[in-house]
Amino acid sequence: MSSALDSWILTLVTFIPLAGGLLLFAFPRRDRDIRLFALVVSLLDFVLSLHLPVHFQRAQDGFQYAVNTPWIPTPNIHYHMGVDGISMWLVVLTTFLTPLCVLISWKSIHDRVKEFFILLLILETALIGVFVSLDLFLFYFFWEATLIPMALLIGIYGHGRKVYAAVKFFLFTMIASVFMLAAILWLYAKTGTFDFTAIQSAIHSGQVENFAAAAPWLFLGFFIAFAVKVPLFPVHTWLPDAHVEAPTAGSVLLAGVLLKMGTYGMLRFNLGLFPDQSRSNAPWIVALAIIGIIYGALVAMVQPNMKKLIAYSSISHLGFVVLGIFSFTQLGLDGATFVMLAHGVSTGALFMLAGIIYERRHTYEISEYGGLATPMPIYSAFFLFIVLSSLGLPLLNGFIGEFLVLSGAFRDHAIYGILGATGVIWSACYLLWMYQRVFFGKVKHAVNNTLPDLSTRERIALWPAAIAALVMGVAPLLWLNSIDPAVHNALAPFTQMASKVVGQ
Amino acid sequence: MNGAAQIIPQATDYIRLLPEIVLSIFGMVIMLIDPLIDERRSQRKLGAIALVGSLAAIVATIFQAQYPGLGFWNMIQVDAFSIFFHFLVAAVTAVVILTSYEYMAVQEIRAGEYYGLILFGAVGMSLMSSAVELVLIFIALEISSISTYILAGFRRRAAISSEASVKYFLLGSFATAFFLYGVAMMFGATGSTSIRDIGLVLASGHVPLLAYAGVALMFVGLAFKVAAAPFHIWTPDVYEGAPSPVVGFMSTAPKAAVFAVLLRVMFEAHAPGRIWLIWVVAALSMTIGNLGALLQDNVKRLLAYSSIAHAGYLLVAFAALPDNGIPAAMFYTATYAAMNVGAFAVVSHFGSAGERYVSLEDYSGLGSRSPMLAAILTVFLLSLIGIPITGGFFAKFYVFSAALQANLVGLVIIGVINSAIAAYYYLRIIVFMYMREPRTEAPVTPVPAALGVALAISVVATIYLGILPGRVLEYAGRTATEWMR
Repeated sequence: MSSALDSWILTLVTFIPLAGGLLLFAFPRRDRDIRLFALVVSLLDFVLSLHLPVHFQRAQDGFQYAVNTPWIPTPNIHYHMGVDGISMWLVVLTTFLTPLCVLISWKSIHDRVKEFFILLLILETALIGVFVSLDLFLFYFFWEATLIPMALLIGIYGHGRKVYAAVKFFLFTMIASVFMLAAILWLYAKTGTFDFTAIQSAIHSGQVENFAAAAPWLFLGFFIAFAVKVPLFPVHTWLPDAHVEAPTAGSVLLAGVLLKMGTYGMLRFNLGLFPDQSRSNAPWIVALAIIGIIYGALVAMVQPNMKKLIAYSSISHLGFVVLGIFSFTQLGLDGATFVMLAHGVSTGALFMLAGIIYERRHTYEISEYGGLATPMPIYSAFFLFIVLSSLGLPLLNGFIGEFLVLSGAFRDHAIYGILGATGVIWSACYLLWMYQRVFFGKVKHAVNNTLPDLSTRERIALWPAAIAALVMGVAPLLWLNSIDPAVHNALAPFTQMASKVVGQ
Repeated sequence: MNGAAQIIPQATDYIRLLPEIVLSIFGMVIMLIDPLIDERRSQRKLGAIALVGSLAAIVATIFQAQYPGLGFWNMIQVDAFSIFFHFLVAAVTAVVILTSYEYMAVQEIRAGEYYGLILFGAVGMSLMSSAVELVLIFIALEISSISTYILAGFRRRAAISSEASVKYFLLGSFATAFFLYGVAMMFGATGSTSIRDIGLVLASGHVPLLAYAGVALMFVGLAFKVAAAPFHIWTPDVYEGAPSPVVGFMSTAPKAAVFAVLLRVMFEAHAPGRIWLIWVVAALSMTIGNLGALLQDNVKRLLAYSSIAHAGYLLVAFAALPDNGIPAAMFYTATYAAMNVGAFAVVSHFGSAGERYVSLEDYSGLGSRSPMLAAILTVFLLSLIGIPITGGFFAKFYVFSAALQANLVGLVIIGVINSAIAAYYYLRIIVFMYMREPRTEAPVTPVPAALGVALAISVVATIYLGILPGRVLEYAGRTATEWMR
């Protein structure tokens, strides 16, 4: 029964949001209908995307639900999509977060509502496209396509220095991805194909001429594009600006999914195409990742602005992901993938919570709050739950991933694990301290006394995230048993490489 | 030489010249009718005649495609290449005429010869792409250039427009002289002005020194016409002064035609010293164009610098190998024509009487004042940046991958860095449109039907080339195989 759907499912999941967005163009400007329609489309997409994990063949190797038809004859570009255990969950994460974004933007967006939801849905298509593309060209196509809706969301619907933030975001990622394009073009010029698996096997069998000389540059070309997206330590400066000025839904998708494009790219392309280069460049990359973990956490600690704090915590968390990826161990990569998902859920939820309070008070300054637990008990309960999941309390989602990453890093080099582990402590410090300043004690500002607690709509938006955080923490195997084989595949070139590698 | 023996041209000869003949007839009809009809109401009628003329030229081109081969004593050649450019020129002409409808009314320019000149210009441009004989190419180049010199000065009330016209004329004549001098040297070096014969001589191995000089001089003349650095100085001033629809016209159709000539000279004639000549000029154009555009506050000047940069990207394809360089270059000209003519259509509509509103500031808040117009301009700008789903992306993509296949890694890196820089200034326009508070003093009038059609054609073409580039590229690729035979 499912076989007919299997070959269409990725196309459907990818393009339903776009189709919905285009339909919205024709809608009359009745904001309520527009919101409702966007919600229906994104929910439909989520339900469809659940087909992926439900019918996923866990025992089977390689990419599933693949479609591969020629798109453009010259150059040889294929419409080639498929998912493995890693990308599948990232797709589901995207479709999971988008309806929540629609809900959370219900009231906060009241100007140019139609364009907002059109952009949001187009963004969803582009994000999913990035994760399912197996043709390098298609991948780049979607990769670039994420830029415009995101930049517009920040630039039009953001607050404060939104234009500055949008342009900075656009330029940083655009300039960096141009290097990736150059590397992709080089690979195409030498292999005559954009197909990921074909290029991979051509490289591993040594059929690509001049590869040894070019590989360091190609690796860097890809890596720069991904590192800016993650963002890794010295190129992270666009992130706090983009987050602070972005509308809530923008922040949720930015932190929840967009950043994962970078780490996913490293995992898939840097490791997949250039195992030798990944190995030899690992020391400095890991160093940057650890700097990112500690630096992000320390800077987060001193932020007076709630949203900026969460933004810097993202830098810290994504450092874990990079650390896990470049540990080249099964545990590390499993953990890295899991952190990507967990961070998407928890940080997405944190941004939603920050957005909810912003709607009421129009400020993110921590000092403007204090004692919120009294007027907003339900809100503070949700907030606490998500904070705990984000800082890695056992039985919640953050713990599993970080634990796996750190044990993987220990196996690689003990010092990596030790330094990385301090990040867990820091995250507890800054998150709990922030929580204490915002929620505990007496109400400091009189206006805060009368703040209304969560509305039904807001609760509906938060419950799924909270449930997901709990389920991921209690039953991580639901996710890990499909991630595991994919990671095993991704690590195959490393186990083949030489006896000196992989410390098991 | 069978053809040379015939004194009287055959019917097929005329068919091979049919689009040019059609355009000339319509142009002359316009000139004849112009004095006979009421001046105030002449615009629409003459414009309609010109529009029919350009559409007839498209039909003639399609008809002509069934009769490939040489004509008029081997001076013109109908092949996939010439059909491609004929079609392009005629389509751009039609779109420009549609754009001019409103523009002429708003600017209160009453001159029937405007449409006539556009058609005569199109004659020259069409002929440039089918001529395979250097002297005929020179004549075609002059026909096209002289029409555009005059068209540039059509905003008679604005001093800046007359300045543009004179500047363009003086420098342009100078450049044409260079071209002619190069033709003479080429003749001296190879004993022929036929591109095919020159190609045979130069491909045979022994390349006389004079041929290098000939190629260099011809290249100077042509590089001036396409606004490639260091022969670009005229571009910003002329583009700023000339009427916007005319700028849309002269930044696309004549450029495409000159690139056609350049393709013939460089590839079909096996010009020596091609790669380094192109390398330097392409790198310079991209860099100077993009850096110059960063500093502009006037949208027309900005697009002028952008056109210098795009000439640079396009030239990158000329340094590549013929079998993928030629299709890449042809695809780029088509895409550039679609997006640039569209961008200038928006600029000319928005400029209002006297082209008052052409600064970036005037575009503030266009996104909320005229969402449709802003969205359309955004599509063109994104295409100029080279974002996927638009033709500009594939255009750059083909050019750079062609260059990489020829191992021109350095040039590609320069190009890639340049396209990143370019994103900034195109983006600035988008930022102004969507993220700045609207300024009320720059009014937005509703879009008339003719302009709407013009914009629709440009948008559809830009996006079509961005989603299904295969057919156009494949058609362009035939040229390469024909020439390689």
